[in-house]
Amino acid sequence: MTTATALETTYRDMLREALREALREDDRVFLMGEDVGDYGGCFAVSLGLLEEFGPERIRDTPLSESAFVGAGIGAAIGGMRPVVEIMTANFSLLALDQIMNTAASLLYMSGGQYNVPLVIRMTTGAGRQLAAQHSHSLEGWYAHIPGIRVLTPATLEDARGMLSPALADPDPVLIFEHGSLYTLKGTIAADAGPVDIDHAAIRRPGTDLSLITYGGTLQKTLEAAETLAGDGISAEVVDLRTLRPLDDATILDSVRRTHRAVVVDEGWRSGSISAEISARIMEQAFYDLDAPVQRVCTTEVPLPYAKHLEDAALPQPEGIVAAARRLMR
Amino acid sequence: MADFTMPSLGADMDEGTLQEWLVKPGDTVHKGDIVAVVDTAKANIEVESFVEGVVQQLLVEPGTTVPVGQVLAVLGNGVATASSAEEPAEPPAPAEAPPTPPPTSPPVASESAPEEARVAAERPGSVRVTPLARRLAAELGVDLGTVTTTDDAPIRAKDVRAAAAVLRPAPEPTSEEPGPAQQPSKAEAMRTVIANLMSRSKREVPHYYLSTTVDLAPAMAWLHERNRALDVSHRLVPAALMLKATALAAQATPALNGFWVDGGFTPGGAVHLGIAISLRGGGLVAPALHDAADLSVEELMAGMRDLVTRARAGRLRGSELSDSTITVTNLGEQGVEAVHGVIYPPQVALVGFGRVVERPWAVDGLIGVRPVTTLTLAGDHRATDGFTGARFLTDIEQRLQHPEEL
Repeated sequence: MTTATALETTYRDMLREALREALREDDRVFLMGEDVGDYGGCFAVSLGLLEEFGPERIRDTPLSESAFVGAGIGAAIGGMRPVVEIMTANFSLLALDQIMNTAASLLYMSGGQYNVPLVIRMTTGAGRQLAAQHSHSLEGWYAHIPGIRVLTPATLEDARGMLSPALADPDPVLIFEHGSLYTLKGTIAADAGPVDIDHAAIRRPGTDLSLITYGGTLQKTLEAAETLAGDGISAEVVDLRTLRPLDDATILDSVRRTHRAVVVDEGWRSGSISAEISARIMEQAFYDLDAPVQRVCTTEVPLPYAKHLEDAALPQPEGIVAAARRLMR
Repeated sequence: MADFTMPSLGADMDEGTLQEWLVKPGDTVHKGDIVAVVDTAKANIEVESFVEGVVQQLLVEPGTTVPVGQVLAVLGNGVATASSAEEPAEPPAPAEAPPTPPPTSPPVASESAPEEARVAAERPGSVRVTPLARRLAAELGVDLGTVTTTDDAPIRAKDVRAAAAVLRPAPEPTSEEPGPAQQPSKAEAMRTVIANLMSRSKREVPHYYLSTTVDLAPAMAWLHERNRALDVSHRLVPAALMLKATALAAQATPALNGFWVDGGFTPGGAVHLGIAISLRGGGLVAPALHDAADLSVEELMAGMRDLVTRARAGRLRGSELSDSTITVTNLGEQGVEAVHGVIYPPQVALVGFGRVVERPWAVDGLIGVRPVTTLTLAGDHRATDGFTGARFLTDIEQRLQHPEEL
């Protein structure tokens, strides 16, 4: 990166920039969802795009997730490149039938005749006192479904760079944007472009243990790694970036070097993506382990509204540090 | 009082490494209980006890290699007595002791927390070791019984490294004493064992060979029909029928089912069918399918699957390796038409099956295409003559013509 072209910006602005670029470069791309037009998006991601691209390409939809995701599937089959925004992961369940039974299955059920080049963006995660209807992390559920790709951008670069390869993918791609990241500030190369969506990334190298995470818990995990460094414990932070397909090679390579792993996941523990990762480590790197795999997950309750209860329910840096210290004891 | 000794798990074994104790002093052991895991050159074997009693004392620490017959543990018939007058005689030193350390007094290195240190070997039955630490211990030649940890923590990689550092303060011993890296690998060790045993067989056993071609059309047709009614996981393969026919024929011809020991033949009693199984890393084991003649074809199929799985996982039982009465080798899957095998001493016969191939075949004066296989017998001429062998092969062939009776 040349320092002269660094840019001070936010995660939200980078998502908008990625959309703007996609809309400019390809006439088949259009955005639809609740409040994406006049209101500029519930999280202000699409602010200004209606004025720039017009109502044909920035389309407000009724409150009917199943209908507008279904319309997106139809448009994708018809040759368009729709980007569908679902306000939160909680509401995406209203469209689960379309996502799983149609979008994810159609290529298989048509004997390879119909790809569904659809991109669905949605907000996930908690931490903003929006209570149980708006706060759940369901990306792990979607990662269970064959036929789709699940992306979880956690950095400015990934917010800027994941949409383009997602649109280039001939099959359905779900992008989970963590609600607490929209205001994330940082510096990014002004010419930052598409990123690799096939591989996990080492966000901080280390030698004593691997902290494996993604999306909304990456920043907390990096914070925990910093605290651990103060204790003389060198923690490696692995950002999964793509929950399906999982990049086993990067995860296992890290664990084989450090011999210990903590999986940090904002989903509920039972049947979660952290369970899957833990199982893969056991299956493929058992003889390299010097301690049992630990998990730091959200308490298994509907997310509370009250701030102190919500904080208590979610994975926090202190909990990650404690789990890491247990492993190093 | 009874001694539990290093068992001989087959004619090819003269020493073994105690891998793990599954009992501890004070435990009551019944006949058939698995008391230890022993690593032979071929595999990790779960060893059963042939005696009953209460474990008084474990004399050998995991990781130690000892000759067959050495006392590993003392079993008493009452409550465990405190080791008092009944101090057992010092076991004979192993023929060639591996470079294991002497029982160390607390090493100087652990001075920082001497009162916390606990010698893991004090309760050998329940030491917890992380997978990495176990692997490292094997690589570094560290006896896990000598590794110390603090509190209740399991033995971890750092504990093993610390123990290794104490063991080898000098960079490297002289060239006379081979380091662990120069010790033969598992595959090489197994090759040596097979080489010794097969040389002995070819040197001592006068083999005769017979072969015959068997029409498998009725067997395959019956199998096909039977499998239609079974779900995939329970389907039978032709080998199951071949093993069953062999087991029944061996029962009917006891002269081929047993051992040549001390210049005479001893019949084996029941038919414990040895099944030759090739291992993934190379090499071969032939564990026994006990009482094979009394098993239904389905049971035999399940038993065969179980043996293959455990053989490849390195978890066979001692009795399975030591009491086969006759061995079957099936090289059909490798694509050869016939196998003329080498007898596994002290057994006196080895049956071989080749690939099932389609051949023009005359039945009732008409030529048709039928599935056939070449059935062979390697017999010990000291125990039987070709006549007995021929009758035996014909018996197997006849039984395969009536699969419904198997």
